[in-house]
Amino acid sequence: MKKLLFVLFFLSISLANAQDYFPTNSGVKTSKSNLVAFTNATIYVTHEQIIQKGTLLVKDGKVAEVGKSVKIPTGAKIIDLDGKMIYPSFIDIYSDFGIAKPKRNPSDSRSSQYEAEREGYYWNDHIRPETNPISDFKFDNKKATELLNAGFGAVNTHLQDGIIRGNGLLVALNPNTTNAYRILDTKSAQFLSFNKSVQSRQSYPASRMGAMALLRQVYLDADWYAKGNMKNKDLALEALNKNKNLVQIFETGDHLDAVRADKVGDEFGIQYTIVGSGDEFERINDIKKTNATFIIPIDFTTPFDVSNPLLAEQISLRDMRKWNQDPSNLAVLEKNGVPFALTTYKLKSAETFHKNLQKAIEYGFDKKTALASLTTIPAKIIGNATVGNLNKGSFANFIITSGDVFDASSTIHENWVQGEQNIINDMNIKDITGEYMLSVNGKNYDLSITGKGAKQAGTIKLEDKKITSKFSFQNDWVEITLDDEGYTRLMGKIINAANVMEGSAFDTKGNKTSWSASKKVAKEEAKKKDEKSSDKEILVMPVSFPNVGFGNYTQPTSESILIKNVTVWTSEDAGILENTDVLLKDGKIAKIGKNLSTKGVVEIDGTGKHLTAGIIDEHSHIATSAVNEGAHNSSAEVTIEDVVDPTDINIYRNISGGTTTAQILHGSANPIGGRSAIIKLKWGENAENMIYKNSPKFIKFALGENVKQSRSTNGTRFPQSRMGVEQVFVDYFTRAKEYETLKKSGQAFRKDIEMETLLEILNGERFISCHSYVQSEINMLLKVAEKFNFKINTFTHILEGYKVADKMAKHGVGGSTFSDWWAYKYEVIDAIPYNAAIMHNAGVTVAINSDDREMSRRLNQEAAKTVKYGGISELEAWKMVTINPAKLLHIDDKVGSIKEGKEADVVLWSSHPMSIYTKVEKTIIDGKVFFDVNEDVKKREAIKEEKSNLINMMLKEKMGGAQTRVPMKREDRNFHCDTLEETKS
Amino acid sequence: MKNIIKIVLFFAFVGNIVAQQTPASKQTTAFSIEGATAHLGNGQVIENSLIMFADGKITFVGSAMMKIARMGTIINATGKHIYPGFIALDATLGLVEIDAVKASDDESEIGIMNPHVRSLIAYNAESKLVESMRPNGVLMAQIVPRGGTISGTSSVVQMDAWNWEDAVIKVDDAIHLNWPGSFTSGRWWLGEDPALKPNPEYPKNVDKIKSFLTDAKQYVASKSDKMHLPFAATKGLFDGSQKFFIHVNGEKEITDAITMSKEMGIHNLVIVRGEGAEKVTDLLVKNNVPVIINRPHRNSNSEDDAYDETYTIAKRLIDKGVLVGLGMEGQMDRMNTRNLPFYAGTFAAFGLEKEKAVQLITGDAAKILGIDAFAGTLEVGKDATLFISEGDALDMRTNQISEAYIQGRKISLESHQTTLWKRYAEKFKSE
Repeated sequence: MKKLLFVLFFLSISLANAQDYFPTNSGVKTSKSNLVAFTNATIYVTHEQIIQKGTLLVKDGKVAEVGKSVKIPTGAKIIDLDGKMIYPSFIDIYSDFGIAKPKRNPSDSRSSQYEAEREGYYWNDHIRPETNPISDFKFDNKKATELLNAGFGAVNTHLQDGIIRGNGLLVALNPNTTNAYRILDTKSAQFLSFNKSVQSRQSYPASRMGAMALLRQVYLDADWYAKGNMKNKDLALEALNKNKNLVQIFETGDHLDAVRADKVGDEFGIQYTIVGSGDEFERINDIKKTNATFIIPIDFTTPFDVSNPLLAEQISLRDMRKWNQDPSNLAVLEKNGVPFALTTYKLKSAETFHKNLQKAIEYGFDKKTALASLTTIPAKIIGNATVGNLNKGSFANFIITSGDVFDASSTIHENWVQGEQNIINDMNIKDITGEYMLSVNGKNYDLSITGKGAKQAGTIKLEDKKITSKFSFQNDWVEITLDDEGYTRLMGKIINAANVMEGSAFDTKGNKTSWSASKKVAKEEAKKKDEKSSDKEILVMPVSFPNVGFGNYTQPTSESILIKNVTVWTSEDAGILENTDVLLKDGKIAKIGKNLSTKGVVEIDGTGKHLTAGIIDEHSHIATSAVNEGAHNSSAEVTIEDVVDPTDINIYRNISGGTTTAQILHGSANPIGGRSAIIKLKWGENAENMIYKNSPKFIKFALGENVKQSRSTNGTRFPQSRMGVEQVFVDYFTRAKEYETLKKSGQAFRKDIEMETLLEILNGERFISCHSYVQSEINMLLKVAEKFNFKINTFTHILEGYKVADKMAKHGVGGSTFSDWWAYKYEVIDAIPYNAAIMHNAGVTVAINSDDREMSRRLNQEAAKTVKYGGISELEAWKMVTINPAKLLHIDDKVGSIKEGKEADVVLWSSHPMSIYTKVEKTIIDGKVFFDVNEDVKKREAIKEEKSNLINMMLKEKMGGAQTRVPMKREDRNFHCDTLEETKS
Repeated sequence: MKNIIKIVLFFAFVGNIVAQQTPASKQTTAFSIEGATAHLGNGQVIENSLIMFADGKITFVGSAMMKIARMGTIINATGKHIYPGFIALDATLGLVEIDAVKASDDESEIGIMNPHVRSLIAYNAESKLVESMRPNGVLMAQIVPRGGTISGTSSVVQMDAWNWEDAVIKVDDAIHLNWPGSFTSGRWWLGEDPALKPNPEYPKNVDKIKSFLTDAKQYVASKSDKMHLPFAATKGLFDGSQKFFIHVNGEKEITDAITMSKEMGIHNLVIVRGEGAEKVTDLLVKNNVPVIINRPHRNSNSEDDAYDETYTIAKRLIDKGVLVGLGMEGQMDRMNTRNLPFYAGTFAAFGLEKEKAVQLITGDAAKILGIDAFAGTLEVGKDATLFISEGDALDMRTNQISEAYIQGRKISLESHQTTLWKRYAEKFKSE
């Protein structure tokens, strides 16, 4: 009967919602005004405006009146909500509701594709601002029910595909109407991400830095297009210009990406709203500095199943902490004043949303902010005042709850959307939960009823022995079948405010007797117990910088340090100074001398020890989220500075070996690579602070086997031979010259980031570090540079440099080489460990580099090899990892030697720095101790202790019945020059 | 500059240099090396030593203070150091010339159970990599096939030979097994599921090995008249004449590998790689199973490991009584083999006693290979395979080798690399 009623109800609704001017062929044309008054409720008009015992008057799907004393018009249906609460329905601001995600074409071949697949659009298929998902929108009833049950009344949905993804739709989750009514905004926002579209196989961009560079160029091109400078039609740029005034919502993968996205936006005067990842607490100050409003998912992970100790020991502290710390994210964001909206994004089902939100509240997140982050804040993000509040005139999107909506014990009864009722948990169903004594057949059973609403269910015990039983109830009637020496069927009515049930019983022989159950007073007690368990102590592990094992809880500060009586390797003409004191002050080397004494300094006894300048690695690939943007033969537009990853443990391992500065180079997948980041290995600092301030500009070039795709089975990109490599350079530099001519002419010109970078090279403002092996190609590049009247700064690897050392010296190019690598590919067949010595003797500035995260932590040993191979003096050998690479990087006025006035980047060694037996005791950068061999021991112990604490916490969760997940191992990635795939964040 | 000229003159003196070095001929005159610090390779050191050898064998090891007649050519090595030739375990020298050139790669064979596949016959005695070992003191190596479950049979060679037949000092010394892993996980950086799960195939994979060995054992015992090459090749495992090198990581896996081998009646075991061996040292010691650890110059595989995890492992195992060797498996396997002394030096920097570090790549390595009766230490009666270094040979600054002998033959210390060095150093000198 009830079902039938529902059907009728829906029918009338759909009629009511048929558009006024549409012809009717199903009967006579009727119209109906919906007028409902909800009285005596606690009404949250907004998170800040609360009305006790108020009235909400709904008319035609909108709020007609709200207040303490509202005159209820005659004819209005009145619903008394005494003791209940009304909240604005929630808004899911980041959703793909009703918009199917496109699938990759599985028949695609595996060869690389360089061209776009579309015509009339931008040259890159991953830029899709013209996407308007309205034509593909299909209201998803199943998903809508899920969201309605969780209290959501509107979603902001879009096609989650591509870098620029087009506009989104704001949709009311009203199953009882048509798209004509429920789509509230057809252009609610524009969406972006760093992820490529699955609808095209175009390779570019193949990396995070490529995506960032692409976005920049798109913005420049859109501007150029808007000014009417392009001869062609570009529907993508046109759409982008049209969407310019929409809010721009940018999805990111982690807190590093959030900062990266914001950086791109800032450069073009766009403040993105950023979809975060839930790890914002790890670098909350950086997050705060973006000034962005965030959209935060709350997909907390379950604890690892650590019951197998062999598996458990593989889990990194980083991943264990994630489980422990993630629930504190919202509280941290709130405390730091970062505005954010919440989303069900990333949750497998909206059902877990409240559970996770309750957890965040347990971890200190304020309920009032929680409500704002689901109502007014998302409404503000999309600039829509008609949702997310119950002010007069707003959509009548609201939920009716039994109590505080964020309490686990509360129930959402109804979710009204556009004035249409959706019943979640019938509020007319009595709460009959509790412990009862059930008497039948002369026996006393224990009946325990738990659950919510229609899902309340009972279990029966007889003196602690479970009795098989079936329990059901509807309205005021209960039915129980129990199996105790034969079946007994009970049927009865709930009376007396749900404290007593009684009725007839039929025993196994069909004899009718009576039964009754009455509530014990024990319920109160149980409740107390509940409260107790929710009071459980929450232990959140402190966040370190970076938030991994060996991270710093506080960053080292600059102290005045006096290192006494030490053997100083100056890397200057002064050579080695015995029994010398070195004073470090304000981040600089303040004084070098004998018997220095200064008050108020930290003194370190250097007797028997050696002090050197910090090691500088000219060629490294640590501390970066990407290495190659190899999808084009030139990627001068990308920069490693965009993707520095300060969480890489190799930074710490490098300082443990005395390395203090490194050039993080783009890989060698293409002839013109990307721009470098020169970083100081200040472990614990953020990416921005690690990048060496005002460091000279560099770019990676590459020659030989890698750029001609020698070992790729499907290489189709120009060049495929060394002959072609030359032409790539000639072509690009010729075009750069033409670009410059146009630029200088005063005529309008299309700003091209790639060309701008090449111009810097031509004008001596950017230096080339070129990956190179064989003499022919080395010679070629020298000639190309000479033709275009600039100088190559460094040949890196340069394993046949010894064959053309005279030409290199003449050109003035430096050589940064491996000490002894060879035989790994054909082009290194003639590589010899005497290379450094021959180049050095020919007058070339020579550095020894690593290109390897392992070798970069023991470059002192590699320098020592030049003593063995070729008889370089120890003084000169040491310069090859200090002042020489500093010279090659044009930072030799600041670092690379121990000289008064230079930056205090020094290393204290236990003995001769090139002895195989030496160990680093302290690594100091800018006068701050970033590695200390004794502190390191403490850190190891702390990791062990924290891990075992976390394992115990996880075991406790598992024993308590919590869901767990299988352990995972984080294997860190070994980046080399030819690493092509990008790290997934 | 002065240095360079000296070196160039030295080369000019040495004379014609060809692509490969001509192996030295049999020792005819005796040598007496006097005054050097002798590192015997068994933990002992003799300062101001006298070492004499004739007909390829060491005839005297003692103090130079001894009043004993010096035989043959007397070499004054005062202030220098003398070592037994270093031995590279678990190496692939001579099996691949250029990593990236497939045609030059003879490192592994298809198939899963290949005990009959022998590295020796593919060993290129004239490889440019082999000759580049000698100037660093690496004079012997175990040449090991890779790949499959049972990769094949290794042999031990010395590094101054015309061909593999000349080179070999122990034929078919061991059979190599790659033990399966008990866990699997996806590569997170490629977006695969990084979850680490017990490998459901593990018991099955172990069973495959077990049943192969069971069948092989039965075959060997039953003298079947139908030839089965793989089974026949395992004979030495069961009669104890060949060692079983099990390449395995993980405490569970190591335990399983040892238990299974013992059950099969294979007792001559060596664990290679052996991550996790530290947790089962009792088992290793009880069963006399040595461990060949990987090179220390590699990244530890867990983010939370101490930076020196791979530097201190030698000491940690040795302290618990395990016999430890140093294997060459890893990145750029062959070219890095010449860094063997520096790997040992790194272990010494991080706690291992210096002479013990020498022993790791000499006496103990010979013991693990079962060639200690005639090689590995400076002892009377053993092969005169040794070299003289200007200083500490574990330190790259002082690893300057002036003379090296293999079985008493004074070998060339030149190579393709020194040829190029000489040619170009001279080119720029004359310009």
